[in-house]
Order: sequence, then structure tokens, then C-alpha cells
Amino acid sequence: MFIAVAAVILIAIALGLVRACRGPTLFDRIMAANMIGTLTVLMVAVLGFMAGRPEFLDIALVYVLISFVSTIAVLRVYISRKRATGTGVS
Amino acid sequence: MDMVVEILSWILLLGGAAFLLIGAIGVLRFPDFYTRLHAVSVCDTLGAGLVLIGLMLQGGFSLVTVKLLLIFYFMMFSGPTAVHALAHAALRSKLKPLVDDHESR
Repeated sequence: MFIAVAAVILIAIALGLVRACRGPTLFDRIMAANMIGTLTVLMVAVLGFMAGRPEFLDIALVYVLISFVSTIAVLRVYISRKRATGTGVS
Repeated sequence: MDMVVEILSWILLLGGAAFLLIGAIGVLRFPDFYTRLHAVSVCDTLGAGLVLIGLMLQGGFSLVTVKLLLIFYFMMFSGPTAVHALAHAALRSKLKPLVDDHESR
């Protein structure tokens, strides 16, 4: 039954990847990356339960923090670069 | 009692997976950045919460549950904050929301 949940999460990651490739604006891509980060955390947790090795949860715990920081960092880099160059949304 | 916990945990896990899938479909199909953001934020937070609570019920009283609780805690903080920052940045950089002007109707 864990396999069903893992498969659904993989399908959701694939759909998010399609949006990240197609996304018309940069914010769509950042949003898709954020979503894929959340789904990866759940995937790692479910895989840890599936393999019977709960040590995977430590990796998931670190990944939560890194994915949040990376989203904020990319946004901040984009905004400061936009202030410097003055280019619009693309 | 064990059976009840098992069934409850599977209901929560499959419900959370369904919410994640619905959110992903919404991300793919909605017409506008802000509507897509709405789909991903609401469905991801709820789906992740349900999946993590389901895993907690599978784990029982142990260190596993404490770690899952920490993941849950950080996710409830970081998810909405990141989405709010994203919407704020998009609005600040003058990305217009898609509005239905009633003259074209």
C-alpha cells in the first residue's frame, strides 16, 4: 500500500515538472520547484517506511529546511537582480 | 484496536495522496499564476499533513513519530510562508492577476 502512495507522489512530481518546463513566468517555475521539494520530502518519508528503515526521516527533516531556504533564496536573488538591471518578468 | 489504527492510517495516507494529486492537476491546468499558486499551496499543505499523520499512526509511539512531528511542524511553517513570499514577490514585480472584466462577457 505504500507503493500506491509513492506512485501517486511520483505522478504529482511529474505534473509539477511539466509546469516547471512550460511555466510562462519565472514565478511559475519557482512555484513548481517549491511543490516538487514538498513532494520529495513526503517521497523520502514514504520510501523510508517502505524499506523499513526509518533513518530516512532524518534526510527528510533536513530536506524540509533546505527546500524552504532555497525558495526564499532564489526569490531574493531574482528581486535584487531585477532592482539592479530593471528587467521585467520573464 | 490495532486494526482500527491501521485502517485509519491508510485512510489518511490515501486521502493525503489524493489531495496531492488534485493539487498537481490544478497546477497543470489552471489558467493564471495566482490560481495555480492557490491550488499548490492549499492542496500541498493539506495533503502533506494528512500523509505525515498517516505515517505517524504507522510508526506508533517511538522516535519515528517525534521526527515525523518535527517534519510536520516545519512543513506547516515553511509551506505557507514560502507561498506567501512568492505571491508577494509576484505582485511586487507587477505580474497582473487574470481578472474577468464583465464587458467582454
